[in-house]
This record gives sequence, structure tokens and C-alpha cells, in this order.
Amino acid sequence: MLNYLLRRFFSVILALWIVVTVTFVFMHIIPGGPFQREKALPPAIKANIEARYKLDQPLHAQYLDYLGHLVRGDLGPSFKYRGRSVNDIIKERFPVSAQLGATAILIALLVGVPAGILAALKQNKIPDYAVMFFSTIGIAMPSFVVGTTLMYFLAYKWGLLPAAMWGSYKHMIMPAIALAGLPMAFIARLTRSSMLDVLNQDYMKTAVAKGLPQMRVLWVHGVKNALIPVITYLGPLVAGVLTGSFIVENIFAVPGLGKHFVTSIYNRDYTVILGVTIFYCVLLILANLLVDLAYTLIDPRIKLGGRKELV
Amino acid sequence: MKKYALIIAALLAVAMLISGCGGGEQVTEEGMVVRYNVGTEPETLDPALMTGIPESTMLLQMYEGLTRLDADNNPQAAIAESWDVSEDGTEFTFHLREDVKWSNGDPITAHDFVFAWKRALDPELAGDYAYMLYLVEGAEAYNSGEGSVDDIAVTAEDDHTLKVKLVAGAPYFISLTAFPTYYPLHQATVEADNEGWALSVDTMVTNGPFKPVKWAEGTMEYVPNENYWDAGAVQIDRLVFTMVEDESTELTMFETGAIEMTHTLPGPEIPRLKTERPDELHIFPYLGTYYYIFNCEKAPLDDVNVRKALALAIDRQAIVENVTQGGQLPAYAFVPPGIADVAEGSDFREVGGEYITEDIAEAKRLLAEAGYPDGVGFPGFEILHNTSEMHKMIAEAILEMWEQNLGITGITITNQEWGVYLASRDEGAFDVARAGWIGDYVEPNTFLDMWVTGGGNNNSFWGDARYDQIISDLLLISDPAERLPLMHEAEDILMEAMPIMPIYYYTLPSLVSTKLKGYVQLTIGGVDFKNAYLAE
Amino acid sequence: MQLSTGLFKPLPQKVIQADLVRPSTTYWQDAWRRLKQNPVAMVSLVLIVLIILVAIIGPLLSPYSYSEQDFIRKNQGPSAAHWFGTDGLGRDLFTRILYGARISLSIGFVASLVTLGVGVLYGGISGFAGGRVDNIMMRFVDIMYSIPFLLWVILMMVYLKEKLPENAGLISMYFALGLVFWLPMARIVRGQILSLKEQEFVLAAHTIGAPKGRILLRHLIPNCVGPIIVTATLAIPEAIFTEAFLSFVGLGVSAPRASWGMLASDALTSLKSYPHLLFFPAAAICITLLAFNFLGDGLRDALDPKMRK
Repeated sequence: MLNYLLRRFFSVILALWIVVTVTFVFMHIIPGGPFQREKALPPAIKANIEARYKLDQPLHAQYLDYLGHLVRGDLGPSFKYRGRSVNDIIKERFPVSAQLGATAILIALLVGVPAGILAALKQNKIPDYAVMFFSTIGIAMPSFVVGTTLMYFLAYKWGLLPAAMWGSYKHMIMPAIALAGLPMAFIARLTRSSMLDVLNQDYMKTAVAKGLPQMRVLWVHGVKNALIPVITYLGPLVAGVLTGSFIVENIFAVPGLGKHFVTSIYNRDYTVILGVTIFYCVLLILANLLVDLAYTLIDPRIKLGGRKELV
Repeated sequence: MKKYALIIAALLAVAMLISGCGGGEQVTEEGMVVRYNVGTEPETLDPALMTGIPESTMLLQMYEGLTRLDADNNPQAAIAESWDVSEDGTEFTFHLREDVKWSNGDPITAHDFVFAWKRALDPELAGDYAYMLYLVEGAEAYNSGEGSVDDIAVTAEDDHTLKVKLVAGAPYFISLTAFPTYYPLHQATVEADNEGWALSVDTMVTNGPFKPVKWAEGTMEYVPNENYWDAGAVQIDRLVFTMVEDESTELTMFETGAIEMTHTLPGPEIPRLKTERPDELHIFPYLGTYYYIFNCEKAPLDDVNVRKALALAIDRQAIVENVTQGGQLPAYAFVPPGIADVAEGSDFREVGGEYITEDIAEAKRLLAEAGYPDGVGFPGFEILHNTSEMHKMIAEAILEMWEQNLGITGITITNQEWGVYLASRDEGAFDVARAGWIGDYVEPNTFLDMWVTGGGNNNSFWGDARYDQIISDLLLISDPAERLPLMHEAEDILMEAMPIMPIYYYTLPSLVSTKLKGYVQLTIGGVDFKNAYLAE
Repeated sequence: MQLSTGLFKPLPQKVIQADLVRPSTTYWQDAWRRLKQNPVAMVSLVLIVLIILVAIIGPLLSPYSYSEQDFIRKNQGPSAAHWFGTDGLGRDLFTRILYGARISLSIGFVASLVTLGVGVLYGGISGFAGGRVDNIMMRFVDIMYSIPFLLWVILMMVYLKEKLPENAGLISMYFALGLVFWLPMARIVRGQILSLKEQEFVLAAHTIGAPKGRILLRHLIPNCVGPIIVTATLAIPEAIFTEAFLSFVGLGVSAPRASWGMLASDALTSLKSYPHLLFFPAAAICITLLAFNFLGDGLRDALDPKMRK
């Protein structure tokens, strides 16, 4: 296992380096720059700014300079938010997105998994069709439609919740639901589908035939194995949702990190683009590692380290 | 049954979880609280580095320059009590109030202005708007790395007298001193942390009607600055700026009573608001023009007759009434209304009149003259706009008008993401591009000097020797009676060549609570809450 | 007990064939037979065929064109003349939705094809090979997940525009979707295979010397069909709305043409005044999705090897 983790660690460093390099190259070859304005800057001022942010140096020098700071954990200064470092921006914004995201994931799991199990147990009966109907709507309606509609009714029509902004739990309800909608629907469908697979397995039939209590069979043999696809899905979901959604944060004016993934690219704020990309990448890789470890817990037969021979 | 119980339990758990986390109730608000949505997170609150309208609005509440603009854009005495101007209009002497203090109680002196202006011009600080100070002698040279900081012609004669020498007589200089780049700064604070002092309300020392007390979670909160020289005029107890970007969300917040004033409105909702909220809907004037640029180096747009035909063949009134719907005015010239002309009370636009008379028959005649009778053989072109639903709808409407009215085909619409769009415009990689221009100051020249041959903002690649001559002459003339006729002549030349097609003059549609009074909406953008109050 | 041989007599050959051996059916014939027995799935299938037909011929039958404007009739609600009402430029929403169907359906198909083709195979190989190969293949997936999608699409827009100026928007859209839409599928299939390959029937297949490719394609992947179909149906709406999002950077079809996703997202700013502008495109997406999902579920049941009798 230690050997496996060590090997995995090296592959992670390599992957991170590739991500940084490719992103660096891409963002520099797309048209536009961080100090391009609708009102063109006088050349002298543009030169001052470029000198200040070392944009006047050759690209390879900028790249090496960035890597040098990166290994020391310094993500550099933002070009757009003058005076702020990318580390500060992440430190300030991530907790907000993470709090919202964690709530959304919990909602998605706590509703999605039981709904999926229920649908599988009642296959082709009313509860199944109801779950499938609502989960299909949930998949068909993206967060911007769900979010806007929620705001229309809960805030505008009925005045139950504050329309937007951040501060109290009331501000979190609508964005969390908008964020949870699609994962919840997808998890319900995944759970139902793999539950059906598991229910048809011979060992389930055997266990039931042997007279083991049904709930126990269902849990020990059924749900656990049915959760593998859900857990797989959770890896990218956790990384994606915890770092914030641009659309939901924009609709509900949540001061989270999600907006920086999109606006930094529009602004060509190079250091922020790289910073949030690296941050996301690290989270993603960690989440996927946890997913792989979770596999081995659920199904001890799964071997991640590869094997020399069969059996 | 048990399974249903399980689901109900899960739902309950979620409900408990949601209600359990997050902060407590908001602090009960007291006194007169005014909430305004400023529209976005500020990029910086350092006056020397700021660029956008949200930033200047936020700074306006907590700083004050030598002057402060009133509702009619006229500069009023502020930190400066009075000023003298030399005969030739190039030397200004400002007399500062003697009792003015920073928010921490320190006195404000002329040295604070000298320090702030020289800092804003520091090439190493690299502020975007350093060029706003280029009128000051020696400023451009220092900022370009050619001159010395000591040669900048701004000096403190004593603590309360500031002398400035300009490179040329600019009658609008007094207005400029109300601009954030011209604000004084508290030297000790800035020198303690040149980069970071403006990042936190704890380190900002300000001199305006309000001082910031909280900047977090997408809001900025101000309370009155008791050390402000005119503190008696300030009535609001707490001023809250929210930073909501989505226009629909902003509107919902207003309609649910979460803010007293919006910074803009989504166009499609305006007809409904006109009937549902007539007392709250305001259409403020905004000093700007929405126009299309013709790339004068590309066929068929290199032909002035084609450009004119296109400009005559659209129905601007229909566009502002049906598409933008925000009370915009159809633009038949480039310089928008709202700028004074020579005669007292006259308007540059009224004096200059209209240049474009929409006339489809004339447009067809011009097109035939260009060699495309009834649009036959017209090669077509591409309309480029940056991504926005409104730009898209305007382009769709104009495309339809051109095709219907002129019989031409082959026009396409392309949208590009902001950065790519700016690059395309700068490089001339377009045929017809959407653009907008908001004045930097209240004088026609802010709309005219951009069209000089080879100018950084002249994306039409058009040029005219006489036009260039006028613009450079204007640098040396300070008498309005001489300047304004020249600017009229420049606009004549511009509109005769039609490198650009004006479409409409901007407005700022916005919702304001009927209780909110005394605020000042500036025509160059921004709201001043110094004298604002809530009436019961 | 005495048994006399007279009690037994051989069955005629014909009867053996008829009664004891079912006609040999392939996997696919079998699946189709079972699908036909599922009424919900069949209704969905018919609906999908209808939607596709309408998308192809519908715009030809409409009395309006998708770009024809008339300010006098702008923002009208549904009526006899305009079934779904009109938009802000007075264009017939029904006709625009019919046209939008072509774009959105084609994008949905491309996305699910990529998901099914690339994603399943990639994930299958990664999970089946395991060890170092798996580590490398999955890190590649992580890399693709991490490089900002927006950068890819801006790059494509700019680069492909030079190469194919005519249809740059739509083609670069297909490329963009193809680039990332297989990623979730690859991870899901790989997770399933990791678990499945340790099961007894795989061991049995190995023991009788079945080639690896055959084990993967014939034994492992068919056993993942449930999650595969669920993931593939998710790809359709995701692609439809990703397309709307990408139109923000200038990818996708150019105005005045519009897709369902663009119609829906453009309607948001005027939701309070003209809710019908959001309702109809959203309903079109929902109905299509419901049909695809119920067909998908039917297919899942029909294709599941364990359900085979």
C-alpha cells in the first residue's frame, strides 16, 4: 500500500506539472491580455504595468519565475485585483464555496441515495416512476434555471427567503438546492441502476434464500456494492462543488471562489487562472485518491496496486 | 413503510443540517440605513490604481478631492475653499480649507495632494489612470520614465496652498480635480504599506463624508466620518453597498426590499416596471454613445457611400423603443447631449444638430452609387459584438433592417468573448464591430480626440489631416469660445466620413426607492450619497 | 418396480428442435425482444422518433421563419397565430424551438456518442489493466478535468475560425464537447470494472483461456450497462446547456439562429415579465430528456445480461 501511495504521489506531481504547463501555454496563446482595456492605455502606462508584472520578459523566463514561486507555495499577485495575492483570494473565497458545496453534496447524498434505493426496490411501480420522473427533471434543468425559478417563487413571489447575498443560513438554502439538484438526481439514478444490478446478483438471491433478515442483506450486501458508481461520481463532484459554481454564485451573489474560475479567464488574470486551476487540480486528485481507497474498503477484493498474476 | 420513514428521516436530517449551520441573525439595523447595489467587487480601493465606475463610486463616498461634482456636473469647492487661475489658464492656485481633517483626526494639508499625485504618477506603481494627471507639467515625462519626480509642477506653497502648472490651458481641469486619481492620500498610512494599505477597512484613512467599517462577504459598509469638514450635511447613519453582479438578481433584491437603489436594470423588464413601479423607475442621463465601428480598410466598408448607406438604413427609434427599452435616445451624431456649449444654458448637441437623416431611398441611392444597385453584388460582411444578450439582440435587429431595407445579403453575426473581441478590434480583425464610449470628463473632446489618425482607440483605421490638426490645436486653446467651434468642425468631418455609425445615446435606467432623496447620480457614472436621506 | 422398455419411445426429431432448444438468438435480438415488451420504453422511443422528425421537417411546415422580426407583435404570449408566443424581437417562438431542436439534438447525440464510444472503452481498459497503466490513464483524466475548459474553447474558437470560417462555431462546439464529455463515463466504467474483474465469472473466463479483449467487451462492459446508460443520458442535457454556456465565448451557432439552451438562458433576464420565453424551451428539453431517460431505463433492463433468460 505504501509503495502504491508513493508511486501515486509521483504521478500526481507529474500531472500537476503538466496541468500548469499546458494552462500556462494556452492562456498566453489566446488573444487578449490582462491589461487590454476598452479604452486603450497610453503606451507609456502599458509599458509601466507590463514591467511591474514582468510581462515584458520572455515567456520562458515568466514560466520559470512562476514555477520558482510555485514550489514555495506562492501563487503570485493578481493582475486584476491590485494588491491582492492569489493565495489571499483563495483563502478568503474558498471557505464560502466549501461551506455551500458541502451542504449541497450532503443534500444530494441524503436525498439521492435513499430515493434511488427506493426506486430500485419498487422497480416499475409508482414510487419508481415518481423518482425517475423527478430525477429526470432534475437532470434536464440546469442550475441557472433551478436557481432563477427558486428565487422567483421563494424570494420574489412569497418572500420567504432573502433573494441573494451571504451571511446567514437563510442565504444558503436556495443556492444549496440549486447546486444540489443535478447531483441529487444523478445520484438517485445511479443508485437505482446499480441497486438493480446488485439485487439480481446470485449472492443476493442466495442470502435471501438462506433466510438472512432482509434489511441486513440489503445493507451489507446490497447498498454497499451499489454505491461504487456513486462514490466514483463523488470524486470530481466534491472537487467541483467545493470550489464553487460560477453560475450559482453569480445568481445568488455568493462571494465564493467559483466566479474566479471563469472571470479570471475573461480578465486574462494569468496568476489567478493558474492559481485556481492548481488548487482545483490538487483537490481533484486528493478526492480521487480517497475514492480509490474507498473502493478497497467497500470491496476488499479490489486491488489498486496492480497484480503480477491472476487470483 | 420503513423505507418511507427512512427517506423522511433523511429529509429531516437535511433540514436540521441546513438550519444548524451558517451565522446567526443579522445584527439589528438601527438609524437611517441606505443600501445601494454598486454592481461588482471593487478591483482595488486605492485611488491611484482604480479604473472602473464601481470603484470610483465606492471611493466617492469616502474621499474628497479639491472639488466635488454637483448634480449638474459642476465642480464645487470641497477640500479647496477657492482657487485662482492665471491669465493663460495654465496656472492654478488652490486654497485649502484650514479645518479639514483625515478620518483619524490628522490635518489634511497641501502636502497630502502633492504626495498623492506624485505617487499616482510613479511608473513603478503603474496605475492605469496615471494619464488623468498628464495635464500637469512634467507628469507625463516622469510617468514615462523620462523625467524626474521633482519636475512635476505641483507644489505646496504652505500647508493650505497648492500650486499646479498645466501643460496647456484646459477649462475642464477643475472638474478633473474631483476625480479619484486627484484625491489626497494620508502619507503615513500609505508609506507604511504601499501595496496593502487599501485592502482593509482597518488601515484605510479617508477624508470623505463616510468612512468604511466593514468590507466582507460581498458588501461594503460605511458610517459617517465625524472628522469630515461638512459632517453636518451627512444624514445617513449607515450606508451599505452590495456587490451583486447579476442584473435580474439585483432587480429581485430591490423588489423584495433588500436595497433602496439599483445601479442598472435588465432591459426586457423595463416595460413592466414602467407600469408597475412608475414612481421608482428613473432613467438617468449617461454621458455615452453606443455605436458600430466600420473597418475603413476593408472592402466594401472602405467606401464612404457604403458606410453612409448603412447608417441611413436603420431605424434607431425602433431599436431604442423595442430592443433596448431603457429610455435611450436615438443617436444621429456622435457626441451625446448633456455637454454645455459656449452660450449660457446651451447644449453642444443642440447647437451641432443632427447629422444623420434616416432615409431608405437615399440609402439605396448611395449604395447604387457605390456600385451595388439594390444590393446586387454586395459582398456581405460580419458584425462583431462582445457577448451580451443585448448586443446580440441589437445586432439581430440591425441585420434584419439592412437586409430588408437595402436588399443586401450575406451579413453574419459573430460574438466573441471580451478579451478576444478587444484583440480583434485592436488588430482590425473585423468588418463591423459594436462599441461604446463613456466620457471621461464633461467636454466634447473626450468623444473626439479618440478619432485622430492612428490613435490607440481609433479602431476604424480612418484618418483625416484636418481632423488631426484640430485635435492638436485644441491642446493649446483654453478659451471655450474658441474651443467649441473647433470641436463642432471636428464632428462635421467625422460624420461626413462616417467611420462610425452612432446608434443610441446611453442612459442609466435604475430603480430608486421613493423614500430615498438627496442622492446625486452623475452623468459620467457613479452616485454620490453625501447628502442623501430617507424621507418618511 | 418393473420398467418395461415399451414405456419409452424416442421423440421425433422435429419435436426436440421445437420444444427443447429455443431458436438461437443473438444478444441484440434478445434485447430488442425484451425492449418491445416494455410499454414505457416503446412510447419513449416513438416520441424520440417524432421529435427527430419534427426537427427535420418541422421548420419547413411553419409559416414563419426563425429570423423574421416584427416589433409590433413582440413578447406576446401563446395564441392561435403563435402557438408558443413571440420573443423580444417579435419572432415566432415555436419556429425558433423547431430550429433549435436541430442544433440541440445534434449536440446531444454527439455528446452521448463520445461518451459511449470513448468513455466506455477508455474506462474499461484502464480498470481492466489496473496497476501502472490505470494510474497513468487516470492521471490523464485528472489532467483533462483540471485544464480550464474555457481556455480550450477560446483556443478552439480562435484557431478553428481560421481553418473553417463558415461553420467554426458548431464544429468547434463538437470538438469541445468531445474533449471532455467522456471523462465522467471513463471514471464510472473504470470503477465498475475494478470491482467486476475480481468476480468469479471473470476468473472462470480467464481459466478457460478467453482473450483479454473478449473478456472486457463480452463479459465486463455488458455488466456495467446500468451506470453506462445513466451516465450517457446525463450527457445529453449537459451538452445542451454547455452549448448555451459556450455561446458566451462565441462558440455554437451564430445569431439569429438559436438552440434550446440559448433560448432558455436568454429568457432568464425577462423571466418576471415574459415567463413563456423560458417555459417552452425548458419544456422541450424536459420532454426530450424524459423520453431519452425512460428509453434508457428500458434499454438497461433489456441489455442487462443477468436478466437474460
